[in-house]
Amino acid sequence: MACKDWTGKLDAYFDGELTADDARAVQAHLRGCSSCAAESLSKLQQKLAVRAAGQRYAPDPAFRARIAKSIAAPKPSAWKRYWLPALATAAVLLMVGALLLTINRERRGEQQLISELADLHVATLASANPVDVVSTDRHTVKPWFAGRIPFTFNLPELQDSPFTLVGGRVSYLHQSPGAELVYRVRQHQISVFVFQEKDLRNVSATGSALNSLSFQVRSWTHNGLRYFAIGDASDQDMDKLTELLKAVG
Amino acid sequence: MCVPEERPQSESFEELALPLFDRLYNFAQWLTQDRTEAEDLVQETYAKALKGFSSFQQGSNFRAWMYRILRNTFLTSRTGLQSAATVPLDIDGQGESPVPAVMETPENILLRRSDQQLVQEALGRLPVPYREVLLLCEFEEMSYQEISATLSIPIGTVMSRLSRARRALRDIVQEIQGN
Repeated sequence: MACKDWTGKLDAYFDGELTADDARAVQAHLRGCSSCAAESLSKLQQKLAVRAAGQRYAPDPAFRARIAKSIAAPKPSAWKRYWLPALATAAVLLMVGALLLTINRERRGEQQLISELADLHVATLASANPVDVVSTDRHTVKPWFAGRIPFTFNLPELQDSPFTLVGGRVSYLHQSPGAELVYRVRQHQISVFVFQEKDLRNVSATGSALNSLSFQVRSWTHNGLRYFAIGDASDQDMDKLTELLKAVG
Repeated sequence: MCVPEERPQSESFEELALPLFDRLYNFAQWLTQDRTEAEDLVQETYAKALKGFSSFQQGSNFRAWMYRILRNTFLTSRTGLQSAATVPLDIDGQGESPVPAVMETPENILLRRSDQQLVQEALGRLPVPYREVLLLCEFEEMSYQEISATLSIPIGTVMSRLSRARRALRDIVQEIQGN
């Protein structure tokens, strides 16, 4: 290649626009060609001289400030920037706090209720006269409650089940009367409490299977009545009795 | 949250344009050769760019975009129109590649950093198309691609115009030295 062609590439070479291969070829030629080397030195010096000379004019600071102001992005006001997010955060925190408090209170209320029922159940077990109406016949027990409690409920037929109705008594929870039915399955006793839902309003009606002091507890509502089954029988027996009671409501 | 390696979408016009201010101003005064006109030019450039920022394609070359606005604004200004009238018509030649400069012996090479004033004077005497392409390449260190985008000319024209501009500058320097 003639020197004329090489010098044509020198600009692109110094401008960093040659491929790596082309740049290497230019370098190789410059090592062996003194006239092209002199030309390249001249070009490089001119390039550096223009680069240095290019910085000539500096803007007036006042002009710079004017432009900066004219293009400044509108800053949100202090109200929007600080107070709004702060208020939003506070509102969310309050809501979460209230929710947690409610959940906590409900849980505490429920736990307390279960404890009270467990106490009633234990008291019944310990009593010399656990029940006031002693009968395995539901048709005897159910009418016995009439006039003693302000509601009525149905009792299941137990003929083909392992459960025996021992009897019933009037019980009190939160100053409200309710029914306590005592069932036996093998050697275990299960108390079934029936109260009016409205008397337990402060207590969540959720928990279906709760445990307290290792007692098995089942709870459900039906027709405005809240049922609790509590005892030391097995899971399966508790569930089976619950099913029977739910079936007749 | 990871920051994209490209320019984040949320970057404001202010954040992008303000760092270019000093260099844009310098370039403006190189074009206009006058402080007041340079200020007007820069001010108009920023106003136009701010207005058109929503249409600026995110991810494309913001610097080239700003320089293009400035240059186009200059070309339609009084000084710009005057300078265009004085530019020789064959600024990019007629398809013929520029003849390489006459070989110089190292003793003749006088362009050094210390000759800054000389080079600045020579640059000021260059026709605007040569002056701007040289400044964009040497001072702004734009790639041919960026220069092509800024001046709205093909890369081949960028190369030939650069070559002519360099030779013209060398000629003017020699002319000044000769006097």
